[in-house]
Amino acid sequence: MSALINQVRRAFYMDSVALMRISRSVGALPGVATAALMIGSATNKKLMQDAGLLSDEGAAAGANDLILAVRADDPGTAAAALDEARKLLDKPATSDRNGEEWHPKSLDTALRQLPGANVALISVPGEFAAAEARRALHRQLHVMMFSDNVSIAEEVALKQEAKQRGLLMMGPDCGTAILGGTPLAFANVVPRGEIGIIAASGTGLQEVSCLIARNGKGVSHAIGVGGRDLKAEVGGIMTLMAIDALEADASTAQIVLISKPPEPSVAKLVLDRVAGCGKPFSICFIGADDMHVPANAGLSADLRSTAERALAGRRIASSGAPASAAELASRAGPGRTKVCGLFSGGTMCAEAQVFFRRAGMVVASNAPIPGVGKPAAAPDAHVLLDLGDDAYTVGRPHPMIDPTLRNDMLGGALTDGRTAVILLDVVIGYGAHDDPAGELIAHLPPAKARQAILIASVCGTQEDPQSYSRQVQVLQEGGVVVAPSNAHAAELAIEVARRLA
Amino acid sequence: MEIHKLLQAEIRVVNIGLRAFARDLERCKTSVVHVDWAPPAVSNPRIAALLAKLGA
Repeated sequence: MSALINQVRRAFYMDSVALMRISRSVGALPGVATAALMIGSATNKKLMQDAGLLSDEGAAAGANDLILAVRADDPGTAAAALDEARKLLDKPATSDRNGEEWHPKSLDTALRQLPGANVALISVPGEFAAAEARRALHRQLHVMMFSDNVSIAEEVALKQEAKQRGLLMMGPDCGTAILGGTPLAFANVVPRGEIGIIAASGTGLQEVSCLIARNGKGVSHAIGVGGRDLKAEVGGIMTLMAIDALEADASTAQIVLISKPPEPSVAKLVLDRVAGCGKPFSICFIGADDMHVPANAGLSADLRSTAERALAGRRIASSGAPASAAELASRAGPGRTKVCGLFSGGTMCAEAQVFFRRAGMVVASNAPIPGVGKPAAAPDAHVLLDLGDDAYTVGRPHPMIDPTLRNDMLGGALTDGRTAVILLDVVIGYGAHDDPAGELIAHLPPAKARQAILIASVCGTQEDPQSYSRQVQVLQEGGVVVAPSNAHAAELAIEVARRLA
Repeated sequence: MEIHKLLQAEIRVVNIGLRAFARDLERCKTSVVHVDWAPPAVSNPRIAALLAKLGA
């Protein structure tokens, strides 16, 4: 029988990423089953309750309190783990409270400290995010809202207010943007150029901007609008404003637009606006059926061909000899025929599905595109999983920040006697893990002991903090086949699976 | 500042939330001030939202 202890630290706040790092360290201690350090908001308490981590003491915590919860083999181990958690909380390296730096506590003080500030980057817990965004809009700041768990009604209200004020309201749930060469949140270091990007898809924006950068072109601005902007309720408010802005921007010669398939009424609004714009468009409604687009636009169903269109038709290819599907198929263990995709980027997962569907493969996903089913409904399908989906990220960091979950699932996929190919995306850049390739390889058995082939692509640039070439090299030295794009990786996996079928 | 002017301006950021985002901006030499945010003393998010609407 395991022991659960909760402890509450009153009037204490630390951001969720810092808390999750401590939770992970404490959770890795011997005899500890689970550790969670969370602010006592209603949402967090529900998560902890569902996970069996909330005692009466924790349940009494308020939204300004921190709950420390540990489940361990016995009460002594749990108490020792709590001690360790307290030590980590009070360590200066993890808490600015004890450090030398001083930070303003309010937006108004911050604005006095940084005259001419023009963007508020908001990543507070979702239930407080709309209030912070409204405060920023009232002070004529453009807003990028990384926070999620904001209602669609709040999103509409914020975007309408931003529109009235002539301001950008990027998000909620906007993971990435690049304004005039400045990468915000999860963005890559791409050179300046003449291609403007508008995206309702974070990793879609990252993949296309990196493919453009690695193939010799650059980006003027990349404006994230949040994943729901093209839903009927929101009506594409920010997409339409972004088109206006990039049309007026002299440094932008052409525009790339990336989104999941929009609602038909919103698609019409957006495509009508595209038709009235004087600049050429490359549009990617990933996974959507063919649709009529204006004469100044081209439509693609995948990210690679969208980037190729923006590169004036230049084909994106491998710099070296492409891997041989026949040789790779020969490395799979006997009886193994299936592809298992473990994606940290939702749009990467969607793009891979586009290729599997197009190739007539039976494929399933937890985040299916139109025409693809869920894994439970198709037990013999190839399975492509979006590990950034809410079901996997409840109470833990996104897999692009913390690869622990994927590394654990990788072990399961390798030992599953059906898996011939494991398909992966390695996303680097600001915000992402310091060395995702190194972490991945450290969790793999030696190449000769594996009975499944690993095929990956790296989404990033040479100038990213983790360095594209270094990540590729680490993967290759660890026996992972590295494709020049997510699309190429999916195509290679399909070729291998066909030979094994 | 209008959007088209923002796209030509130096980006100057107030970061409210994850400290790591401010550190990344500092690394690429962007002007940034990090706000030491904590949930408002009025911990009910609905009341906090009402106060924000009033400009508080």
